[in-house]
Amino acid sequence: MAWMSWTLPTALFFIGIAVILVGMTTWQLISPCVERRGFLPLATTRGDRLFIGLLSSAFIHLAFVALTDVNIAVATVLCAFWMIILMRWG
Amino acid sequence: MQTKVENNKAWFLVLPVFLIVAFSAIIPLMTVVNYSVQDIFDPYTRYFVGTEWFKQVMLDSRLHEALLRQFIYSFTILIIEVPLGICVALMMPTKGRGASLALILVAIPLLIPWNVVGTIWQIFGRADIGLFGAFMSSIGVDYNYASDPTDAWLTVVLMDVWHWTPLVALLCYSGLRAIPEVYYQAARIDQASRWAVFRYIQLPKLTNVLIIGVLLRFMDSFMIYTEPFVLTGGGPGSSTTFLSQSLVQQAIGQFDLGPAAAFSLVYFLIILLVCWVFYTTIMNMQKDK
Amino acid sequence: MTQSNTTMTRQNTAKKEQAPVYSKAERKTRNAHLRGRFGLVLYVVLLLLPIYWLVNMSFKTNTEILSGLSFFPENFTLANYAKIFGDPTWYMGYVNSIFYVSMNMVISLVVALPAAYAFSRYKFIGDKHMFFWLLSNRMAPPAVFLLPFFQLYSSVGLFDTHIAVALAHCLFNVPLAVWILEGFMSGVPREIDETAYIDGYSFPKFFVRIFIPLIRSGIGVTAFFCFMFSWVELLLARTLTSVDAKPIAAIMTRTVSASGMDWGLLAAAGVLTILPGMLVIYFVRNHVAKGFALGRV
Repeated sequence: MAWMSWTLPTALFFIGIAVILVGMTTWQLISPCVERRGFLPLATTRGDRLFIGLLSSAFIHLAFVALTDVNIAVATVLCAFWMIILMRWG
Repeated sequence: MQTKVENNKAWFLVLPVFLIVAFSAIIPLMTVVNYSVQDIFDPYTRYFVGTEWFKQVMLDSRLHEALLRQFIYSFTILIIEVPLGICVALMMPTKGRGASLALILVAIPLLIPWNVVGTIWQIFGRADIGLFGAFMSSIGVDYNYASDPTDAWLTVVLMDVWHWTPLVALLCYSGLRAIPEVYYQAARIDQASRWAVFRYIQLPKLTNVLIIGVLLRFMDSFMIYTEPFVLTGGGPGSSTTFLSQSLVQQAIGQFDLGPAAAFSLVYFLIILLVCWVFYTTIMNMQKDK
Repeated sequence: MTQSNTTMTRQNTAKKEQAPVYSKAERKTRNAHLRGRFGLVLYVVLLLLPIYWLVNMSFKTNTEILSGLSFFPENFTLANYAKIFGDPTWYMGYVNSIFYVSMNMVISLVVALPAAYAFSRYKFIGDKHMFFWLLSNRMAPPAVFLLPFFQLYSSVGLFDTHIAVALAHCLFNVPLAVWILEGFMSGVPREIDETAYIDGYSFPKFFVRIFIPLIRSGIGVTAFFCFMFSWVELLLARTLTSVDAKPIAAIMTRTVSASGMDWGLLAAAGVLTILPGMLVIYFVRNHVAKGFALGRV
């Protein structure tokens, strides 16, 4: 495992992703979701919105890193809000 | 479309695929993510640097140029290969011995190892021993792919067109074969022009395969590495250095693991976005049918 | 959709061309047909020219290659081929390549068949996302993963073995195989499954006895694609091998560039890498047209 050069932040990141995936699966098992249409221009399920949210969050982080000197945590907080909006009304 | 049965036990059938792909995909991806936030000298001497590499990569003008070159290149070959592929597919015979023969001949370039493709064009384009190079010289064009950036660029594009048009052609050919003969008969009765037949009968049937073709070609041209590497080595200068190549140069040539990894991730995100857009479009189109 | 288009065409063209002369139309079709044949022949000739040049060179001596251009070898020689078949470091490259390509083909098919069945017949949690994730691996550039791949396979002790290359190629071949097979399987009516289950077939028995024979051509085409992409890939194969499993394509680049340019030998080795592909496409020629549409026309 040494060659993988783990660091604490990346480990936490992947654990976080894994937890989200497990959580989403359990949620789906408990209360299956139906496809619906929100403000996004296509019908999505919960999982689709999660994917869209994660991907757009990645790009938001990249834009923050590239264009501003603001602490990355600001972007993370912003993305958290964005994720909530997307999951609820997307 | 048939309705599918809900059954979560189907996961057991997918599990082997998941495991085998995850082994080769997720572990390396995690490693790349780890690299991207560290300054690595060797496995035991490494420092956490946070998002510094990402910042450097996003602002690196060499990479912007490589990205721009990549986009221009991908669009150029798509613009040439898609219409040419359709034309070839329309010309291919549909029945009999001729059909098999044409199919096999057209498919040959696809089955040549990529570095051999590079070698073939390396030889073919040389003015001293290659037919194409000699032909260009004989009609008075000062052609040398090893020293002139424009010539190098054109040769790489030509090579790609030679190599991959068959894929588009064969995709379209199989799309055309799926059109029932009745449609053509109806068109004949109506005295429909050749263009009308193409526009209203053949093209609609082709959309599906064309999207697959464009998707495959876009992705593959985005990761093109071996052929230009063998042909021009990315030169002259950096005129044919595409994304993959600048990546490999950085990671293995200069051993700048951190920046190379950060760049890989940015690259991967772009690919993922484009993939997702294409995939969603295809799926929605199939749903509409 | 196409149906309505056809009717539209019918109305449009009927308006435009009221009473065309029959023989003229016929002549026009024949001319178009001839033009098409001519264009195809031209295209195929241009396509084959670079390959012909390679074959031509492989039968020449180096002095003849460098002394000038000619369409036929003057001093026809088999020396280049003799050198390849006489030297184990050369011909073992072919054996290695064929070995790992076959291995990859078998692994890909065995794991992809049940998975494709699951995707084509059932709905399950995360099926769409799983499918997309598989496809996105098909599109991930191998250059991104070179170094981690090298370290991963070294750390599990598989470096420089055939199975390492076969497994690495699964990264892009398994998703493709699932994609193609899923297309073919969706074309098989579900009633067949249901009837078989009512007749008392168990799933494995039904799958092997009834279902697999039904999609034979799809399997052939999938095998062809797996062969194709594994055979032509070099970057991963070269990174994961050093001596024992080195593919021919890698041996070619190394040996030739080390001692100046031996053009004849290079050409001969190149020609030999084209042959297996032609053999394989000959076997699947009748199915390949359908297969290229990945079963979803």
